[in-house]
Amino acid sequence: MKILVAVKRVIDYNVQIRVKEDGSGVVTDNVKMSTNPPDDNAIEEAVKIKEAGKATEIIAVTVGEEKAQETVRKALAVGADRGIHVKVDGNIEPLAVSKILKKIVEKENPDLVFMGKQAIDDDCNQTGQMLAAHLNWPQATFASKIEVNDKSLQVTREVDEGLETIEVNTPAIVTCDLRLNEPRYASLPNIMKAKKKPIEQINASDLGVDTNPRIEHIKIEEPPKRKAGIKVASVEELVQKLKNEAKVI
Amino acid sequence: MSVLLIAEHNNKEVKPFTLNAITASSQIDQDLHVLLIGSKADDVAKSLSEIPLVKKVLHIDHEIYENYIAENYTAAILKHADKYSHIICSANTFGKNLMPRVAALLDISQVSDIIKVISPDTFLRPIYAGNAFATVKSNDEKKCVTIRPTSFEAAETTGGSAEIEKIDAADQTENTKFINREEIKSDRPELGTARIVISGGRGLQSGENFKLITDVADKLNAAIGASRAAVDAGYITNEHQVGQTGKVVVPDLYIAVGISGAIQHLAGMKESKVIVAINKDGEAPIFSVADYGLEADLFEALPQFLEELNKLNTIQK
Repeated sequence: MKILVAVKRVIDYNVQIRVKEDGSGVVTDNVKMSTNPPDDNAIEEAVKIKEAGKATEIIAVTVGEEKAQETVRKALAVGADRGIHVKVDGNIEPLAVSKILKKIVEKENPDLVFMGKQAIDDDCNQTGQMLAAHLNWPQATFASKIEVNDKSLQVTREVDEGLETIEVNTPAIVTCDLRLNEPRYASLPNIMKAKKKPIEQINASDLGVDTNPRIEHIKIEEPPKRKAGIKVASVEELVQKLKNEAKVI
Repeated sequence: MSVLLIAEHNNKEVKPFTLNAITASSQIDQDLHVLLIGSKADDVAKSLSEIPLVKKVLHIDHEIYENYIAENYTAAILKHADKYSHIICSANTFGKNLMPRVAALLDISQVSDIIKVISPDTFLRPIYAGNAFATVKSNDEKKCVTIRPTSFEAAETTGGSAEIEKIDAADQTENTKFINREEIKSDRPELGTARIVISGGRGLQSGENFKLITDVADKLNAAIGASRAAVDAGYITNEHQVGQTGKVVVPDLYIAVGISGAIQHLAGMKESKVIVAINKDGEAPIFSVADYGLEADLFEALPQFLEELNKLNTIQK
């Protein structure tokens, strides 16, 4: 069984986001970038399935600018076998990414495609479901547990009401929740080994996919600032303020 | 053209977030139709028809829709999409799962999780877990939009009398089977929708000490949250995590205890109406977003807090 895992390069989750003064976006120059956190869970799960002898190959794929390759390299360092980097510059929407991934799926014929449930930059939560739609494959989103059977998966999903378990026939798309597993760190020898693993570069323009944005970003701004609060001197004062001033208890 | 809202329900009742999404939808266009896809859900159809903002209810009833499988829902929605300018859903796990599948098949770039309707094609939405707000304009002819429920009031539920039109079911997928759903039954409100949230951080020092948080939560009927640091340290399970990589919460009152206020935690709670921080480090970043800050040792402050709460005659629940 072959697993394709899609990863995205985003601003590291610990970086304070700063909005550009001209309202055109957020500052990305000299900012630490990392793999989108739930994409790390997606890679980890694929590696665990391979370690359990249920998968033969893991391919990590990313769509993005030149430096996006780093996320593929990181996936290779924790256990993916080879990588694909679809090069595209500028802002690219989930709809276009899903069409690009469809082309890659048609080329590679994986049995499963994993990715994080949502990217922490645009917070869209769309790509996996869209890819499933384009391929007419079943989708198991927000997965917190995956059991691999012969021709199907049993997936436990994190939903608002609690946990939902579904069975999907393969091939299938799974989007991963942070609760799925604990991603491992790459060891130094494995980072060195990953440098020798192949990454195929493909230009998005060669795939025949229209990547023009359909959504215009008119303005990016800082959220309204909170008014400065006060320090209270005692627990008594705090409770009085909450009761009589804020009126929330 | 009218707008079409996909209702979330459990075949017995309309789910509350649908009411918020109805308010948002009616701001896009007042000619609002609601699509109810369910199994033996006549009661739901009736309640939807009584919502004054709803102009028409389309009701598809078939046993294949009992468990809201996205693949089956999508096929049903696509049969009716051409008559509408917007397809809309709430941005909770129901809508997040469903809407992109619909949007992709209509070749629409979806606008996710809007917090404000500026015009029928322009919306405000948070990005970077609310650390920036984007004003976006959809240039697709038809739009697929999901609504952040906490940003819109719930619609009135009585006084309307919309027509209910029964429509036929669509094809069923063979590739997805529902197995079961374990609803988390807790006496406590759910983290995502609770009016009050009290969260603990690394300052709690151990899992056992979370009892101090639990005691106050019981008193206030609050949900329990935690920082990533507390979750990573194993003090509490990660469904309690508030932050960019956990849950984003917008309660009336958020009490952060022993939480320093890492950026990624702030992203998950700074839209709360009133924020209280209890921390012994007066320089902790959490104080920069707190309406009321108490610089104190939480092991003394929390028991006192509970004692003071016990003295109050009434507590809003």
